Amino acid sequence: MGDPTPAAGPAVLAGGRHPATAVPAPSGPPGPSGRAGAGRAVLAGCRRVVAAAGWLWFAIALVAVWWFASADSTSAYFPPLRTIVHRLYELWIVGDAKSQLAPSLEHFAAGYGIAGAGGIALGALLWGVRPLRESTSPLLYFCYVLPAPALLPAVITLFGIDTTMKVAIISFAAVWPTLLNTVDGMRGVDPVKLDTARALGLSPLRTAGSVVLPAALPQIVAGLRNSLQVAIILMVVSEMTASTSGIGYFILTAQQSLAITDMWTGIIVLAVLGSALNLVFVAAERFVLAWHYGARAAEGKRS
Amino acid sequence: MTVQPEGTVSVGRADPPGNSGTPDIPANPGTAEAAGAPVLSVRGLRKVYPLGGRTERVAVADVSFEVARGEFVCVVGPSGAGKTTLLRCMSGLLTPTAGQALVEGQPLRRVPAQVGVVFQDYGRSLYPWLTVNRNVALPLKVRGMDRADRAERIADVLASVGLHDVGRRYPWQLSGGMQQRVAIARTLAYRPALLFMDEPFASVDAQTRFDLEDLILRVRERFAVTVVFVTHDIDEAVYLADRVVVLSGSPSTVREVVPVPLPAARDQRGTRALPEFLALRRRLLELVTSR
Repeated sequence: MGDPTPAAGPAVLAGGRHPATAVPAPSGPPGPSGRAGAGRAVLAGCRRVVAAAGWLWFAIALVAVWWFASADSTSAYFPPLRTIVHRLYELWIVGDAKSQLAPSLEHFAAGYGIAGAGGIALGALLWGVRPLRESTSPLLYFCYVLPAPALLPAVITLFGIDTTMKVAIISFAAVWPTLLNTVDGMRGVDPVKLDTARALGLSPLRTAGSVVLPAALPQIVAGLRNSLQVAIILMVVSEMTASTSGIGYFILTAQQSLAITDMWTGIIVLAVLGSALNLVFVAAERFVLAWHYGARAAEGKRS
Repeated sequence: MTVQPEGTVSVGRADPPGNSGTPDIPANPGTAEAAGAPVLSVRGLRKVYPLGGRTERVAVADVSFEVARGEFVCVVGPSGAGKTTLLRCMSGLLTPTAGQALVEGQPLRRVPAQVGVVFQDYGRSLYPWLTVNRNVALPLKVRGMDRADRAERIADVLASVGLHDVGRRYPWQLSGGMQQRVAIARTLAYRPALLFMDEPFASVDAQTRFDLEDLILRVRERFAVTVVFVTHDIDEAVYLADRVVVLSGSPSTVREVVPVPLPAARDQRGTRALPEFLALRRRLLELVTSR
């Protein structure tokens, strides 16, 4: 399970379907669709809580183990978790370390926004203009496999070390999964849906907007999710390489000034931030693709 | 092998005894042609698929027939006879290799605005991201109908296929039979003069199939639409049609065009028990299975 398009479209690139096209499977049963009975919704809710407890207990147990195992630690590198949490409260809740979050999030938002919108737009363009797609395909693959951090020195040379540089490197690195998934998803649209569009009299432009785009959306969203991970990674890496602010900068300077506890707090905050962004993404995905999960569930029930 | 033209043109409107199903509607405004002129005219149609290299597959060898205004014509043939290919060529979805199909005298470059197509696989033809209402609204939007008229038209056409209170639901929340009704309603919404149906009831259960067959006969009467209905089911063809075009096996040609002189008012139990029905059925079965 996990592939949103039943008809696997021909791979966009000579190299075949790249790993980024895999769609993460929904972690639970899709929400009750439309007019399902209230009783059933409550039941599903209960089940979800039980399921959540099912996977949360392990995380809770791990934290507990960390807490007690590190309680008497005198190592400078592994301070007790209690100390870390205390410091986290001092620095990030009451202190002013949280001001480091604003620039990071700004870079992330701008870079990811450009990557997402640009990826979909360019992907649609490449889908629509076949000669362009065929001639650029080797280049795209080349860019996709190139590790973006390797470009950092070049980007710094070009843009300096300010916001522009970070937004540029984040968007450059994060655009590929969305772009390639958009092309692939649009090429894989069920031909019956396209025949239907022609039979109903839809113009090519309207077909692209009203049929091809929504039909490819599950795979486009999968690409956006991959881009999200890449954008977070590049946000941190760019701040660690050349920066005077941001959470990556905070973690690195804490480590360099031997404030190991502070460093740990930065890492935890980053993990929480990444999880929060992922959760927001998943919630948005559930909303936008409700029809997709609903249709798939209905299909499964029937066959 | 071609069909003798006199056998086809004449059968059209005048022939069947008491075929009250389609009253002689005034010829479409805009077509100055006489009411007897064929709505669809297929001439020497041939479709060859290249298979790469020098090999090719002849899906449709040579097919000619005509359909008069208001007629219900079924196309039957053994499986793999290129029925779907033929339908795609006749509706303008596919360009034939040779010959042509004319709709109201016009050669096809794309699917004409007055043509509707209902596909076999409603699950793939309906758009799952749109509600039933929005699915039906799509061709109306394309034709520039304003919002209020659309709402009225959608409610009316859904009611005419026996659907009520499903407009805000999604197609995948409905049963297979209801989904195909939505697909039919979406096509009828823009009032096509000519309706192509490609084995539309092949993927529903038997009871639903009977219901849908009767539905399409009612709909045909109400909307005065000409229907070309492709099926592999001989009983279905005899039950529905005014005439049946029998294709040979692949590569297909027209083996024979069989008129169905059954009374226009048909019902599942009565009509299927008529001796004429059984005789026609036997004859068609012979034609389809003979080599």
